[in-house]
Amino acid sequence: MAETHRIEVTVNGLPRMLEVPPHHTLLDVLRDDLRLTGAKECCLVGECGACTVIVDGRTVDSCLVLAVEADGCEITTVEGLAQDGSLDPLQRAFLDEGAAQCGFCIPGQLMAAHALLAGNPHPTVAEIQEGLAGNLCRCGSYLQITDAVLATAAEGTRR
Amino acid sequence: MHTFAYVRPTTVAEAVAILDAGGRDARVLAGGTDLVIRLRDGSATPTTVIDLKRIADLRPGVREEGGRLTISATTVMTDVAADPLVRRHFPALAEAAAVVGSVQIRNRATLGGNVCNASPAADTATPLLVFDATVVAEGPGGTRRIAIDDFFVRSGVTTLQRGELVTAIELPIPAVATGSAHVRRTRRRGHDLASVTLSVRVDALGVTRFAYGSVGPRPVLAVDDTGVLADPAVPAEARSAILERMFADASPSPRSMRASPAYRLAMLRVLGARALRSAIEQLAAGSD
Repeated sequence: MAETHRIEVTVNGLPRMLEVPPHHTLLDVLRDDLRLTGAKECCLVGECGACTVIVDGRTVDSCLVLAVEADGCEITTVEGLAQDGSLDPLQRAFLDEGAAQCGFCIPGQLMAAHALLAGNPHPTVAEIQEGLAGNLCRCGSYLQITDAVLATAAEGTRR
Repeated sequence: MHTFAYVRPTTVAEAVAILDAGGRDARVLAGGTDLVIRLRDGSATPTTVIDLKRIADLRPGVREEGGRLTISATTVMTDVAADPLVRRHFPALAEAAAVVGSVQIRNRATLGGNVCNASPAADTATPLLVFDATVVAEGPGGTRRIAIDDFFVRSGVTTLQRGELVTAIELPIPAVATGSAHVRRTRRRGHDLASVTLSVRVDALGVTRFAYGSVGPRPVLAVDDTGVLADPAVPAEARSAILERMFADASPSPRSMRASPAYRLAMLRVLGARALRSAIEQLAAGSD
């Protein structure tokens, strides 16, 4: 058994103290230790984006981050998007536009889109495509996903 | 994933000591976008992983001093691409950093890591070659400054010695007006490794520097100081012989799955001509 490291992280606003072995990834710890199974394990080489979470304001492939590296960081997973039982506008738009087909890639798509909109509230279609290029959808819902991001941006303007 | 000891030194000296003691059994961790993949697939089996991200002297960032830009090795691609000094003085480097992987990868992958992995397809290698970058390495013997063209050997192999780690990349700010561009060919738009990656720089003195990767075991630098390539008034026929000489060192592997040698060599010429036009236009626009 490997020596473990004590890390302190804030996950979806809650401070957590964890003991992690050095070879466990952030994805492993989120899913297996914290039971936050929104981020998905898929390609494990940083190609598909199904494991995307936000660390200190930036999206990362959590399969390529060792949990111990995240010590001291603030982490947002898809479970942190809905507030008080209400879906985030982005999640609502994904449903309205039919962007979620099988749903497997959607947590990653949502986190990538969330970070994109945080930095660029009114992205063009090209900017959405570039911002979400690291998130693959085997159902091919790219048009609907793009529409959902555009709709969320438009809704943000109205509010 | 096999396990290992994870260490988080706070000084460069401490990191160097651990790296030197560990030799081949120690690996440096910066962004992890290559190393974590290799830890998982078993192609890297270090007993010690040294995380550089908590070393105060290696904090990410770009600073200008003494006529050069110093980019800390731990600076991620997102920040290299967005940095105003990089964009002003070294546009081809900003362009190259902006196309590495995806947003998620660029938020983690570091300039130092891209250089040290020495992939023949590394997108930032070609702008660093045309801008005559220096790799700053710290090791048991002190600081060593290595010209980037003397740094790459072949895929995964550099001239770093035991116990040495890269702390920064230095770029001399051009003393004369320059134009530069980075272009690449991928199988699909978006997130892909390059089948050809190329940078070019032209300057007001008529010097043209090409660097290209993914067409041989290491990225290649080729320089034309005849003034012919940098001069848009020279007819195409007069340029073609020199262009051919520029690309003579390309030797793409027939075993690569991404593209055939014939395709890569053809695209190298297309991309070379395209990038050269962009760089010349940029130079002309900047001189107005």
